[in-house]
Amino acid sequence: MPGQLTPGRLGPLLSLLYRYGPPRWSHYVKTHWSGQRLVMAIPYLWLLLFFAVPFLIVLKISFSEVRLAMPPYAPLWQWAEEAHRLVVSFNFSNYLFLLTDALYVSTFLYSVKVAAIATLFCLLLGYPMAYAIARATPTLRNLYLMLIILPFWTSFLLRVYAWVGLLKADGVINNLLMGTGLLDAPLTLLYTDFAVYIGIVYSYLPFMILPLYANLEKHDPQLLEAAADLGAHPLTSFLRITWPLSRPGVIAGSLLVFIPAVGEFVIPSLLGRSDQLMIGRVLSDEFFANRDWPVASAVAIAMLLLLLVPIVLFQRFQSREIGGRQ
Amino acid sequence: MADKPPESTSQRAIEPGREYVRIENVSKRFGDFVAVDNVSLTILKGEIFCLLGGSGCGKTTLLRMLAGFETPTSGRIYIDGQDMSDTPPYARPVNMMFQSYALFPHMTVAKNVAFGLEQERLSRPEIERRVTEMLEIVRLGELAQRKPHQLSGGQRQRVALARALVKRPKLLLLDEPLGALDKKLREHTQFELINLQERLGVTFIVVTHDQEEAMTLASRIGVMDRGEIVQVGTPTDIYEYPTSKFVADFIGSVNMFEGQLVEDEPDHVRIRCPELANTVYVDHGISSAPGATVWVAIRPEKIELSRQRPPATENVQQGVVKEIAYMGDLSVYLVKLDNDRIVRVTLPNVERHADDRISWDETVWLSWHPTSPVVLAQ
Repeated sequence: MPGQLTPGRLGPLLSLLYRYGPPRWSHYVKTHWSGQRLVMAIPYLWLLLFFAVPFLIVLKISFSEVRLAMPPYAPLWQWAEEAHRLVVSFNFSNYLFLLTDALYVSTFLYSVKVAAIATLFCLLLGYPMAYAIARATPTLRNLYLMLIILPFWTSFLLRVYAWVGLLKADGVINNLLMGTGLLDAPLTLLYTDFAVYIGIVYSYLPFMILPLYANLEKHDPQLLEAAADLGAHPLTSFLRITWPLSRPGVIAGSLLVFIPAVGEFVIPSLLGRSDQLMIGRVLSDEFFANRDWPVASAVAIAMLLLLLVPIVLFQRFQSREIGGRQ
Repeated sequence: MADKPPESTSQRAIEPGREYVRIENVSKRFGDFVAVDNVSLTILKGEIFCLLGGSGCGKTTLLRMLAGFETPTSGRIYIDGQDMSDTPPYARPVNMMFQSYALFPHMTVAKNVAFGLEQERLSRPEIERRVTEMLEIVRLGELAQRKPHQLSGGQRQRVALARALVKRPKLLLLDEPLGALDKKLREHTQFELINLQERLGVTFIVVTHDQEEAMTLASRIGVMDRGEIVQVGTPTDIYEYPTSKFVADFIGSVNMFEGQLVEDEPDHVRIRCPELANTVYVDHGISSAPGATVWVAIRPEKIELSRQRPPATENVQQGVVKEIAYMGDLSVYLVKLDNDRIVRVTLPNVERHADDRISWDETVWLSWHPTSPVVLAQ
């Protein structure tokens, strides 16, 4: 009968089955699609879609020319119909512009300065706090950690706005100082560098405390006892034992504060001076006020490079640190 | 309680050193918990004193009070005649070797050892000279530039020891110094410690839960139980002349029988134990009222086993061998009496051929010498 499966037709198939057994998909998946690879693929895919692709788009825009159109930049390459060739027009003028215009250089330097000083204050404030939390009893430790994380439950924007209310001329702080008779005229607190430092330190302190705490919590308290036993004063013990051992935590915390602080937009916009901008503000102005997407993109790329250097340094330090331990 | 013969047979002669550490009525409470309960103790210069006890008996707390990491709730500690009550750890003439060794993980071996000397503000060449010298003594010279995590357990132990000894302390506190080492290394290190101690003339106070360690190391042992010192003596004193049921039971193994004192003469006592068929005769008197409840403690190695009934009428007991554990150097026999009571007996394996040895399920006679039992009232 036609179409019927006879043993004769199935013969080769059956002999294959006989020789190799039934096909085992699970085996194939196990050897070629290990769970480890699948899990690793997810963050890579995420990075590709939401970091690499947008980055390449921004990079592309940074090399094009501004144009009053939609989109507001000239295409990087074009198919010239009449000449039958691809016209590629790379344009480095945006980057040159960044270097030559004093505004951008000074904004860069100012941003780095503000971020560095704020990071230093975060460290000075955060280190003792992290140390105290790490040395507290387990119950208190959980309570303190809760308190550190608690501000995150309110909107970041709202918390920065709250500082406006605290710092302004007829704000809480000035009213309090004048009400008690300590001052006759209000202090200028708002729209100063001081206000920006307060805003950044306040907002980013948890990012300093948490990695420091994670590091300090692992220290063996017997090391300090051993140091004391060998004749070291508590201050010497701190400088020679605790501080060097906590360096990875200090670096992690500092980078977690410094990197976002350099590009901070909200805090300097709400609390900072109007005559000295930070790089985040310049970026936003270029995009939205000037509609100069190519220059804005160049600013973004330059900022990224500026921040990439510390990240890479940090990564290398981390891997060396881990390699040095057992 | 058992009368001790006048000439105590100590393992090593203790030089008659003068008093170096005096602990006076020291107590330490943590909330409701009494960790150390009214301990008074004198430690002589140049001896190795072991604080021996189970976990939680307060031995480590006592050591930490000597180092200054804990302050006594009451009582005083004198080191070399000076009251240490208000002296912080970093100002005490004492060094400690921690159980975890507490080596500084970010420093090399040489830096670890030099740390203590740097605190004394000695000159660079002087520090280097003493560090090199000390590393030679503990045979770590070639590992000076290693970090602690690159060392084995035994090497780390020696670094910890070198770090404490390089300061030339008069008193070294050692918290379970051999606890983290394996058995062979431990035995070897024990003798090294004793050698070093004799060479440098340092007074050692060692905390340990390991009775073997205490026995080999110590010139004197203080046995601790629930915060109190229950007995102080040479290792022989502690083993052969325990003064309480706790000490007899804690050190080595022992067969303990409860009984009544039926006869108490200056030169002997007779005790009737319900678990034993015959009375126990002990060749020395004890000062206790007749009829008082006492305990008879007999060490397993002091009991003899025989197939024939020994001629004596006292200190003999019949039983059946239920279990034999061959340990190589000796064998442990568990002998069951008629009333199901198990008695532990150890016999050295003097001969290689085992044909004639007492075997399972044989009926045997247990006997012991009148000097062997220890009579305890508490």
